[in-house]
Amino acid sequence: MFFKTLHVDFGVEWPYALGDSLASNGLLLVFCILVMINLRFYNPRKGRIIHLFALCLTVSSIWTAIVRFGLAVIFSDEHYLDFLDHSMPARFYMGFLITGCCALISTLWYNQEEQKENEKHKMDAEKMARDAELFKLRQQLQPHFLFNSLNSISALAATQPQQARKMIQQLSDFLRGTLKKEDQQLIGWKEELQYLNLYLDIEKVRFGHRLSTEISSDPEADSMLLPSMLLQPLVENAIKFGLYDTTEAITISLTARKENNYLVVTVKNPFDEETSRPSQGTGFGLHSVQRRLYLLYARNDLLSTEAAESIFTTTLKIPQA
Amino acid sequence: MTRALIIDDEPLARLIVKEYLQKYKEIEVLQECNDGFEGVKAIQQYQPDLIFLDIQMPKINGFEMLELIDQPPSVIFTTAFDEYAIKAFESHAIDYLLKPFSQERFDKAIHKMLDQRAISPVSKISEPLLEAASQTPPQSQRIVVKNGSKIKIIPVEDVFYLEAADDYVKIHTKDGAFLKNKTMNHFEQSLDKTLFVRTHRSTIVNIHQITRIDPYEKDGHIAILKNGAKVNVSKTGYVKLKEVLGI
Repeated sequence: MFFKTLHVDFGVEWPYALGDSLASNGLLLVFCILVMINLRFYNPRKGRIIHLFALCLTVSSIWTAIVRFGLAVIFSDEHYLDFLDHSMPARFYMGFLITGCCALISTLWYNQEEQKENEKHKMDAEKMARDAELFKLRQQLQPHFLFNSLNSISALAATQPQQARKMIQQLSDFLRGTLKKEDQQLIGWKEELQYLNLYLDIEKVRFGHRLSTEISSDPEADSMLLPSMLLQPLVENAIKFGLYDTTEAITISLTARKENNYLVVTVKNPFDEETSRPSQGTGFGLHSVQRRLYLLYARNDLLSTEAAESIFTTTLKIPQA
Repeated sequence: MTRALIIDDEPLARLIVKEYLQKYKEIEVLQECNDGFEGVKAIQQYQPDLIFLDIQMPKINGFEMLELIDQPPSVIFTTAFDEYAIKAFESHAIDYLLKPFSQERFDKAIHKMLDQRAISPVSKISEPLLEAASQTPPQSQRIVVKNGSKIKIIPVEDVFYLEAADDYVKIHTKDGAFLKNKTMNHFEQSLDKTLFVRTHRSTIVNIHQITRIDPYEKDGHIAILKNGAKVNVSKTGYVKLKEVLGI
């Protein structure tokens, strides 16, 4: 196009027209790409129009200057140079127009991309928050525990209605406790123990003679504080691990004592050394407790586990203020 | 007469099944079992027509227990888990009762069972159910096998390699070899694909057991395991193996 215009309309000799159009168009292309790259990495929020205007003005001025002096160096024909000088304003306007279009299009494009990216980030973040929330709710409700307990109550209702009523009471108290507690709240060890006992009593009704518990709590620990809902997943883990990993009757033991300025709680359950890999499968329960401890105290050394002689021990240390 | 077993680790859960069964004089409960081990034994001993089966039980779950029985009886699942419900309904278990269930819901299951028995007295558990069963948990962490009268649970890390053997798969482990009535395809599907590679039509290998891979004959390779065993690696198997090992 440019070549045709030069050659036919302005009567420039064809070698000059060809060289001129190749050089100026090629250079313009390079400048346009530079403008695009510039806008990709530097895209100001404020004064965007002024920025674009200045950029295009500068670029097209530089382009025009290079074209002028470059071509003058390459071609020395006087007639042609004369034409070149006359065509400078037109060339400048054209360059400005083309770089302007490029700049505008790339600004719009990159803005749209950025917006898409932002939206995606936002959606991801929202999804993560939702998943976490759902997980928390599910954890609190513990559907398997709940439905199996209800099934036990249903079985008791016909033959031992008194026992059924007692279990409904225990289950209600336990659920109420679960709903009431806030994540950040600290509660006394004595209260937490009562709550754990409710849970253990229900599990004992479910599993009958297979489950027994041993609890030894130092009176010194009674008034010490710990985050609510922290221990229950550990005990639940111990029961699951113990009951589903062996076929014999099991004992879950729980101890609490004061050590320096820490409340130290241990939970022990038996496991089968032959088939279990407690070192690997610490379970999601333990993982979420670990995470909570980290969020509360910024420490990773408060929860530890140990497997020896068919006993799995979980030790929890809670710093006291 | 229908002869039945109740297999559930919670005594009260068994109690309620017994109670709901009281009005059916034609169904006799032969035994109650606390876990899958007792279940396998009792099924072999009594050859019952029907079992009420819980899923989450000590040591081996209900699905794993079914895998150990050559000709399983009719099954009614009783469980608080609804995760497996869809699979079970797609399959041909008689019914799937979600705890806690009512007498009415229970009656429905019993009638379904009685109807089916009227049509085909020897109602066997169907292949689709066993397939559904064996796919849970999605990625097996262990393989349950019967070794004589004993049941052995093999953690998958202890498996060296698996080898096709007629209608069985031979599982080579540090404690010796065990047979299981399954297909190679089943194991290829259910085992962790980052740990086990099907290197040949007739072999699946635990990649952590491989010490060396040597060229063998024209296009093939041979993998040498830590215990000295040599297993075949086909051309396509070699490609898969390289991919998993990242070489």
